[in-house]
Amino acid sequence: MSTTYLAAIREAQAVALREDPNVFIYGQDIGKFGGAFKATKGLIDEFPNRVMDAPISEDAMVGLAIGAAIEGMRPIVEMQFADFSSIGFNQIINQAATHYWRTGVPCPITLRLPSGGTAGSGPFHSQSMEALYAHYPGLVVVTPATVEDAYSMLLESIQLDDPVIFCEHKLLYYHLKADRLPTVNLPVGKARIARSGRHATVVTYSAMLHESLKAAAMLAEDGFHVEVVDLRSVKPIDTDTILGSVARTGRLLAVGEAFPWGGVTAEVLSRVVSEGFDLLDCPPIRLNAKDTPIPYHPNLWKAHRPTADSIYAALSELVRK
Amino acid sequence: MAQGLRLLSHMLEDSRCQTPPMSTPSTVSSEKLRSTFRWMLLARTLEDRIASLYRAGGSIVGGVYLGRGQEAFSGALGACLSKKDGDIFGGLIRDMSGRLAFGEPLLDPVRAYLGSAAGPMRGRDGNIHRGRPQEGLPAMISHLGALVSVVTGMLLARRLQGKATCVGATSIGDGATSTGSFHEAVNMAAVEGLPLVVAVANNQYAYSTPTDRQYACENLVDRARGYGIQGYVVDGTDLRACLETFTEAVAAARATGKPQMVVGKLLRLAGHGEHDDASYVDPALREEPSGRDPIDVATAYFDGMEVRKWQEEALKQVAEAIAKAQNEAGPDAGHEPWLALASEHLVEGRRL
Ligand SMILES: Cc1ncc(C[n+]2csc(CCOP(=O)(O)OP(=O)(O)O)c2C)c(N)n1
Ligand SMILES: [Mg+2]
Repeated sequence: MSTTYLAAIREAQAVALREDPNVFIYGQDIGKFGGAFKATKGLIDEFPNRVMDAPISEDAMVGLAIGAAIEGMRPIVEMQFADFSSIGFNQIINQAATHYWRTGVPCPITLRLPSGGTAGSGPFHSQSMEALYAHYPGLVVVTPATVEDAYSMLLESIQLDDPVIFCEHKLLYYHLKADRLPTVNLPVGKARIARSGRHATVVTYSAMLHESLKAAAMLAEDGFHVEVVDLRSVKPIDTDTILGSVARTGRLLAVGEAFPWGGVTAEVLSRVVSEGFDLLDCPPIRLNAKDTPIPYHPNLWKAHRPTADSIYAALSELVRK
Repeated sequence: MAQGLRLLSHMLEDSRCQTPPMSTPSTVSSEKLRSTFRWMLLARTLEDRIASLYRAGGSIVGGVYLGRGQEAFSGALGACLSKKDGDIFGGLIRDMSGRLAFGEPLLDPVRAYLGSAAGPMRGRDGNIHRGRPQEGLPAMISHLGALVSVVTGMLLARRLQGKATCVGATSIGDGATSTGSFHEAVNMAAVEGLPLVVAVANNQYAYSTPTDRQYACENLVDRARGYGIQGYVVDGTDLRACLETFTEAVAAARATGKPQMVVGKLLRLAGHGEHDDASYVDPALREEPSGRDPIDVATAYFDGMEVRKWQEEALKQVAEAIAKAQNEAGPDAGHEPWLALASEHLVEGRRL
């Protein structure tokens, strides 16, 4: 029996609801309907009082979760799409993120953001918002790329005493599969070497892990062995694992699906350049989406985001520098 | 059960406020009734065709969201505005009929759905997310409620530019009335004194969520009183009633320069999108007056032979538009300039 990334997210919530009576889920269409993506399918049957349909009120949804968390609950909020979390932005970055620091009272909320691009989804159902949230002190931002991580990191996020932005990638929901769910896994904050190599390091996360792994396999046919680091969480970011890899390879490419200005890939480069400049054999490079909103038409969308081919092209240059 | 009671009380509320009973002579000319009905037919014909293309697969880009069941309410609003005189129609997800009646070219939705680069959105955006902002048709974003203040701002500009008699209308679903954006914008238009007509299409569901998880007031029109604006309730399935109410509301906005809120009771006669089988919709709702198909209701106003002729014309128009757009190329990434700024010299990585 195999489990999908989406089923892992559902299962983690079921386990959390079962194990802790303080956990509840709030979001649009998540009750009987089971959510726009079915990530809460059936949960309301087992927990009729702790899976609640919300009005279309993202600002108040986050505010409500914060209030409940202050009182000892552990709310999970499902945004129907990550893009709509912008409506809850004020509550997230000003109320939730500052709460522990200002009052000493923690704010353990988990915000699930169905993130990232899929063909034909357009500018408002495709965004990757991790960098925005990571910018603010007081938030943990995670970006699982595997079924195992989706499961264990969601469970851990719910248990953490801080607000967690859980960026789950919609492109991975249905076709990413694992044989079983893990009982132990790396904790939030630790990156993972997804593929070892000695000629160059790719640092990436979320759906771009899979594009990068494909590109690494293509390079292996050319005789180059690329190491791929999956960040898993973008805040905190595991600088040690990144530097360890660059120390082995001397070459760095950071790949992200988000917009190019600032963001996770820029953060990776700035850390390596300032803390590990001597490890580099040549200038590090970044690959991101283009600096326009995310296009609707697949012809444009495919060219807007990095793909295995564009990563392969960038790496081919990098390993020959 | 609780839901059933709520609906009943809504119906009572609705019948109390219903705009003119059939005995009074209608304020709507038979010409207006006819022309608006033809826009409804065109919208339904087009959407049926788009839906079947979607099911067949291969030609529609992205999702499909239909206005089935809302053609009378939407079309009447579009038909009561005057594009050439500078009115504004901020169409939303279920406004095919209203957009066409207001003056959106038929090719616009066809091109948007088929992903033609020749459409106004050039493949960058699509389906319902389309517009011609320079012609009074702002292009909605997905974030619900966000367009109400934008139309309000367009009206403010009209006033500042000496065109104070222009009316701006936009629609909103029952679900989207729960957004802060909706509340902020209606309140703002009221405070600012701008001729905004907000058409609340209460189709009883927001995706799968029934209205009792959306609001706790008796009828959404009660909110109008809270904002200090005029409210109207109308049977959203009846074209004649919709035209009468919107004629009155638009005229009041134009005359007083104040916002008006029209709440139409109807039922979404489709899935949320065509991916959705809507199995959560209580079938009993179809049997209620608000569950009537507005096309059927309006058909009864006309001669059957004539209706059939109009239907055939609509089919022909739709077939022509689809054939044209199907021959047009999609956007070419190689020729896409990837410019998000009007100030081209400020676009990073660009040497001019
Ligand atoms: C701010 C925001 N949150 C969530 C969504 C996702 N969403 C799209 S349509 C919809 C339901 C809208 O219901 P309603 O306003 O009643 O309009 P209807 O679809 O019934 O016409 C939801 C939740 C969104 N578009 N914007
Ligand atoms: Mg609705």
